[in-house]
Amino acid sequence: MALTETDVAFVAKLARLHITPEQQPALKHELNQVMGLIEQLQSIDTTGVAPLAHPLSVLHDIELRLREDVGLATNTIAQRNHLMQNAPATADGLFLVPRVIE
Amino acid sequence: MALFLDQYTDIFALRKALDNKQISVKELTQTLLGDIKQHAHLNAFVDVQPALSLAQAEIAEQSLASGQGGALTGIPLAHKDIFVTEGWRTTAGSRILSDYRSPFDATVVQALLKAQTVSLGKLSCDEFAMGSGNEHAATGPVRNPWDPDVVPGGSSGGSAAAVAAGLVLGATGTDTGGSVRQPAALSGICGIKPTYGVASRFGMIAYASSLDQAGVMARSAADLALLLDAISGFDPRDATSIETCRGVANAPGRILSDYANFNATKNTPPLAGLRIGVPTEYFGDGLNNDVAQAVEQALVVLESLGAKRVSISLPNTALSIPAYYVIAPAEASSNLARYDAVRYGHRTETYTDLADMSARSRSEGFGEEVRKRIMIGTYVLSHGYYDAYYLQAQRVRRLIAQDFQRAFADQCDVIMGPVTPTVAPAIGSLSTDPTAEWLGDIYTLSVNLAGLPGLSIPCGFAPGHRSQPLPVGLQMIGNYFDEGRLLAVAHQFQLVTDWHQRRPGAST
Amino acid sequence: MSWEVVIGLEAHVQLATHSKIFSSSSTQYGAAPNTQANEVDMALPGSLPVLNRQAVEYAIRFGLAIGATVSPRSIFARKNYFYPDLPKNYQISQYEIPVVLGGKLQCFVDGEPLTFNLTRAHLEEDAGKSIHENFATPDGRPCSGIDLNRSGTPLLEIVSEPEMRSAAQAVAYARALHALVVWLGICDGNMQEGSFRIDANVSVRPKGQEAFGTRTETKNVNSFRFLERAISYEIRRQIELIEDGGKVVQETRLYDADRDETRSMRSKEDAHDYRYFPDPDLPPLIITSAWMAQVQAGMPELPEEMRRRFVKTLGLSSEDVAQLCNDRQTAQYFEAVASALPAGQAKLAANWVMGEVAAALNREENDIDACPLSAAALAKLLLRISDGTISNKIARDVFADMWANNTLDADAIIDARGLKQISDSDAIGAMVDEVIASQPAIVQEYRAGKQKAFNSLVGQVMKLAKGKANPGQVNDLLKQRLDS
Repeated sequence: MALTETDVAFVAKLARLHITPEQQPALKHELNQVMGLIEQLQSIDTTGVAPLAHPLSVLHDIELRLREDVGLATNTIAQRNHLMQNAPATADGLFLVPRVIE
Repeated sequence: MALFLDQYTDIFALRKALDNKQISVKELTQTLLGDIKQHAHLNAFVDVQPALSLAQAEIAEQSLASGQGGALTGIPLAHKDIFVTEGWRTTAGSRILSDYRSPFDATVVQALLKAQTVSLGKLSCDEFAMGSGNEHAATGPVRNPWDPDVVPGGSSGGSAAAVAAGLVLGATGTDTGGSVRQPAALSGICGIKPTYGVASRFGMIAYASSLDQAGVMARSAADLALLLDAISGFDPRDATSIETCRGVANAPGRILSDYANFNATKNTPPLAGLRIGVPTEYFGDGLNNDVAQAVEQALVVLESLGAKRVSISLPNTALSIPAYYVIAPAEASSNLARYDAVRYGHRTETYTDLADMSARSRSEGFGEEVRKRIMIGTYVLSHGYYDAYYLQAQRVRRLIAQDFQRAFADQCDVIMGPVTPTVAPAIGSLSTDPTAEWLGDIYTLSVNLAGLPGLSIPCGFAPGHRSQPLPVGLQMIGNYFDEGRLLAVAHQFQLVTDWHQRRPGAST
Repeated sequence: MSWEVVIGLEAHVQLATHSKIFSSSSTQYGAAPNTQANEVDMALPGSLPVLNRQAVEYAIRFGLAIGATVSPRSIFARKNYFYPDLPKNYQISQYEIPVVLGGKLQCFVDGEPLTFNLTRAHLEEDAGKSIHENFATPDGRPCSGIDLNRSGTPLLEIVSEPEMRSAAQAVAYARALHALVVWLGICDGNMQEGSFRIDANVSVRPKGQEAFGTRTETKNVNSFRFLERAISYEIRRQIELIEDGGKVVQETRLYDADRDETRSMRSKEDAHDYRYFPDPDLPPLIITSAWMAQVQAGMPELPEEMRRRFVKTLGLSSEDVAQLCNDRQTAQYFEAVASALPAGQAKLAANWVMGEVAAALNREENDIDACPLSAAALAKLLLRISDGTISNKIARDVFADMWANNTLDADAIIDARGLKQISDSDAIGAMVDEVIASQPAIVQEYRAGKQKAFNSLVGQVMKLAKGKANPGQVNDLLKQRLDS
């Protein structure tokens, strides 16, 4: 199924990527080349075959391991700042972003 | 130019020198920092912090002085820039993280720190581990020490180049579709990716969660055994980390123990009884003749050691390419969503609103290959396509895993073949068709899809694009948790050959 | 045109665990911004989720309590969308295979029991908080501040079938669900702190039509009063819109308490494509039948069971038990009081627990844990009513005394203050005679048929007795003397 420019724009929106009109045609072409490769999967008969999500489950069932419910101590301001040291913008210990109107 | 590490064949040799105080860890580290500077043209390192390295050297030295050193104390290595490190920057080869400082170390990094290795810095990689030539790194292409005009392989290209060039004796890497094995092959060194879940993914910047696995690169199988054993082990911070394998704890010691046991068996010849499966699908049209030859020679050597060759079929091999290029981008598109300029990472200067800010920051920060894979991944997961693409790819994945299980069940003990269809291509020779680069992954992808352990060791040379001799790698694939035996077989091969001892610059 | 309303509710219930669902950060309310968010909560590169056992146990407890199926194998899925309070820009939730399926909940509408079916309940992580006050860039553009303390708090999303047919029914269901999750100890129920939030899906259709009308979703309502008002507003709005020839748009709305109206938030058509897929970082969650049995064994008696039991063994009415069994601590307190009283006195205990005790607690804005009278102490006091030592009225006085002064001994107060009820018929008889003798005019009025006069005479006797005469006996003796 070939992607149209509308598809490319929609996917870019979902992926939160900014694609300029100049970039559109080349990107659309490349994506369609990739989809051409991927289309090969359609011709395979996989009736009765379950998807394999965790590779080792071919060996035996893989179960989710659970963690005991022990809470960490609240961080000090210094510890918090250490974790937030890469933030582009902060104020009063909060991450700052352009206001979202709801 | 003579490199300091040229005088040591492997970790064991350096270990002796350090233990005998022929050289101190600090002196060693200082010298290597100099070598790294002199080899800046390789572009292998992306962050070097002498003070941090020397601090680690100091700790190793004190440990040796008090007689408490271990097998890896003072051994110089470096980390692929996909592992987060305190102190050194972590960029994942991307502009979007150009000055990122992690407040914690990856588990793999912590493990090697605990083993008292000395880290010389962070190594370049393809952006977010996506690529096979280390040409998609924000800091520019890495050069292959064998020939600066060709790629070292990718995505762990910096790791391979640093080891091949003799700047460190070991390096960590990650392997999602071949990114440890392939650069090891193209750069003439050894590299191994263990069974999925053996090494922790905590602190490893995620590309494709169900495929990513940490690996190590070094000069010999014996060195790999030491390094891999050190980074393996159950980690409660990673829910996909394995606790026990076949009744044995996934902990340091397991791999070395299996490795030692296999080597200690007093067989004559040493590989008597070993059945080597050779997949017909790995020797098809796409494989370069000279590469095929080198691999064939290696198989002959293994036969001379007593192994038996068995022809096997892994019929779904070719499907590994479309399956991988659905699953990996899909998971990546989700894993990379967090890079939105809110809590870290590049933030664009001009924007209209929050959505615009994130979109522009991401498009400025991510390179073309990453943007492309995010788009593919988003598309194949989108409404209406999930079943036809993602689920179908996961079903094909099971078929591929079952192919291997059938082979291991009663036909062979290990599987061998080439790592890549060709030797290292020239830098910049990527075709305009994105899928052409991907076809070169055909021998490595299925190993990740099945979660099996796989390694690459040097087995000869073949002519490159200027007819210059370039390294060829032999791939060995084992069943789940068979890393020890795999490495032992590789070691036996290296006892009777010297491909792994060849150095760039010396005559081949 | 006759309209039928169709309502379905989704409740987001914060589970009362010590740590978050996928990280070990504390879940305690009220910490300084971002001090309860670690690398996992901030979605720093390289971080990974690990599931909290207690969150699963609470989900199992809930599933068993509503008679639902607890899935032996359920899957966590990523719900992908971009939002600043969602650090990974995906929420780990459950999609195709949730931990709980089905179930029923009984609630009371105007005193009548009604049972609603539930669709499912699943585990997921909560998002962070956006704070919109007064932040701006240097060049004056407004900003929001993101606090990730709440990000990763375990949520149980509980979805009802769209079976409610009125705002009253919806609120009754919400109240009952709230009471149950608090009862089970899986949620603290603090709606002001956001522990229990409701999304209401509302649509209307002409009576008799089978197909559902287009529905809207009003999100994040955190009080029952607002829920009632929001739903009522939506119903009115939709009906008016359709009757005016318009069409209801499928969208998300918010309730504005100041204006008492719902407002469109964003259109659900411009909807997110969530691209759900199983989270590769989390293998399947397995819940063994042994675990379920263990949780079942540790389950407290459920409100419905307790209500039935009280009606059956204590002879209380449905109205009595509806309120009484609203929260576990109150019901247990009541039961302790009732069992310390002789048979047949349960109603007395119920009246007092729901009356005086509740009123006193309300005045102090406390709950039953803060009641200074132990169940035994209250029972002792009530015993003095039932054995005639004091009247109900005097007892209220003694109660107030005990409460204020933190004394547990009713008898001591009764004795010290000489409050014993006069039950000696001779003594009362004497007082009755005295009043009859001193109030000839009122006696005349009574004999002329004015019932009010009787009450006035009773009052006079009580005044003479300083309130301590047994009212029943006063009534009997007075009537006797007057009618003879």
